Amino acid sequence: MALLEVKDLKVRVEEREILHGLTLTVNEGEVHAIMGPNGSGKSTLSHVIAGKPGYEVTDGQILFKGEDLLEMSPDERAAKGVFLAFQYPVEIPGVATMNFLRTALNAQRKARGEDEYSTPDFLKKVREVSKSLNIPQDMLKRGVNVGFSGGEKKRNEVLQMALFEPSLCILDEMDSGLDIDALRIAADGVNALRSPGRAMVVITHYQRLLNYIVPDVVHVMSKGRVVKSGAKDLALELEASGYAQFEDA
Amino acid sequence: MNVAVAKTGKGRAVSDLFASAEGRLPGAPDVIAVRREAFETYERLGLPHRRIEEWKYTDLRALVGEMLPLAAAPDADALKRAAEAVKAHAIAGARKLVLVDGVFAADLSDVKALASEVSLKTLREVLADEANSAAGDLLQTASTDAVTSLNAAMATDGAVVSVADGTHLSAPIQLIHIATAAGASAFTRSHLRIGEGARATIVETFVAAGKASGYQVNDAVILWIGDNADIAHIRLMDDAPDAVNISSQFVTVGAAVKLNFFNMTTGAAVSRLQGFITLAGEGSELSANGVNLLQKTEHGDTTLVVDHAVPNCVSRETFRAVIDDRAHSVFQGRIIVRPDAQKTDGKMMTRALLLSDEAEADNKPELEIFADDVSCGHGATAGALDDSLLFYLKARGLPEKQAQALLIQAFVGEAIEQIADDGLREHVIGIAERWLERRS
Repeated sequence: MALLEVKDLKVRVEEREILHGLTLTVNEGEVHAIMGPNGSGKSTLSHVIAGKPGYEVTDGQILFKGEDLLEMSPDERAAKGVFLAFQYPVEIPGVATMNFLRTALNAQRKARGEDEYSTPDFLKKVREVSKSLNIPQDMLKRGVNVGFSGGEKKRNEVLQMALFEPSLCILDEMDSGLDIDALRIAADGVNALRSPGRAMVVITHYQRLLNYIVPDVVHVMSKGRVVKSGAKDLALELEASGYAQFEDA
Repeated sequence: MNVAVAKTGKGRAVSDLFASAEGRLPGAPDVIAVRREAFETYERLGLPHRRIEEWKYTDLRALVGEMLPLAAAPDADALKRAAEAVKAHAIAGARKLVLVDGVFAADLSDVKALASEVSLKTLREVLADEANSAAGDLLQTASTDAVTSLNAAMATDGAVVSVADGTHLSAPIQLIHIATAAGASAFTRSHLRIGEGARATIVETFVAAGKASGYQVNDAVILWIGDNADIAHIRLMDDAPDAVNISSQFVTVGAAVKLNFFNMTTGAAVSRLQGFITLAGEGSELSANGVNLLQKTEHGDTTLVVDHAVPNCVSRETFRAVIDDRAHSVFQGRIIVRPDAQKTDGKMMTRALLLSDEAEADNKPELEIFADDVSCGHGATAGALDDSLLFYLKARGLPEKQAQALLIQAFVGEAIEQIADDGLREHVIGIAERWLERRS
């Protein structure tokens, strides 16, 4: 069943059109990779799906579980199950990570009409997940991402993904700024979350990440469109031949 | 500056106020003479206005206009409403001293429990004591600006507390000022003397009972702290949205003292806290912090003057203002370092968060340094909430208002964290949270 349907999406930033009619369908349980050169519109797509301000959708639509995503505020999208793992997670001094996690989780549950998590259940869950991601408990007491290394910030994103249990995860350049060990830990965390009811869109510049998170489908983006789609081998082809062949597409 | 010529009709209107109140003002003839003199000083100066440098941003002639008549002494009904307010604003475990419309309310106060640890009198009692030839001194302060002089002239009551040398108070003292009357004023003045080596926590709370509105408060506190004392002093100005609160603090700090001062303003149409803290003994550490949380058309002014009169003292000031709608926050921080005050270490940081395009923040840091071997500095910033942080929180499921609230709490947290006691800090955070809930 289609979880995410992007149809002929056109997006402007200020006066410049970045996406020129992008179409993409992601089914439940699938992992899609979106590859492409810098400036092809990969991050713009992720931002528009999450609802970041500053983008003007001039045409097309985005359906999530059949509902019009563009009509929803970012927090409504999160509560519906859309999760964007940021390329550069922000630091929020003065907001303890634990407090942030609980506030966010309960805000989502409240929006869905569910009961708030009890404190013991919440703590148990955080402890479980953070242990598997190698996140020390004292890190959770610090301000959100404050003083975290690049790897720690990405692991904190995966931790949230595991806690919030979204049905669509968009990973925006998860590998940027990570060494191999940090990448492996984060990727293992992501792989553990693969499930039949959950889809993932992995946005990456390099094929390297796809050795760890193996996709079902690979899309190539260039100049604001998906120009080629194929199975996982497409990523290897790209690694060998580069993006140049699509630049004139 | 010669301000005598600037007196207006609004300033003169107070004469009637004093004449009509005189019969209700406690004091033997000597004290009344001091009051008259203070009132004359006030009459000469008039209400402060923008042409007086210290009041440049808080022009009381424009903002307040006239002083309201003295509130009537509270009747049984007023005391009943005050009792409810006490219940709502009392800090768990604290010993209360309650002033209702400027009159000490013994029945609402923990007089007995306090008397076991401190010497306690009311200002009225001391001023009315004809045998006490020094009573008039309670109406004198080093500074004789217009509002302080008016306070000396009009003060009806207050607490006179003395903590003996070496006493460690087992519970905080909470002075609760409650307004029950509408359209009337209360003038209060308290003296707190902390002995050498003593430890105490003093909280002052300013609130309205029920629907009391449009009232005016003019309070003065004279705090004297002996050597080696360890003091936390917290003020919570949480008045009705259309009230006026002008408060003055005169603090003299001895040697090797630790003083942790905190003020938070969360109400009043017009408010000003002016604190004058003199570090008069060597080796003392002052931490002076404040938060203004303002909305609608509120005007909140926090003015702190820290006077390093002797060498080897440390002062740290952290001030945060959050300003919504068309509100106006003023922070004036002056650090004076006297010629002898070598090795002074004074730092001040003030930050304003503007939540609306029409909000206004004025930050005026001033360093007056007359010694040459000192380390002093200040910084000031003003800005809006960071959009990238807001989006991150919203993308995690927090609705706009909740995301803003979390960031605002983090912003003021840097000042509130300076309160060492967990219970008090939670009490203060609770007031800040209620302010956030009031945001439309």
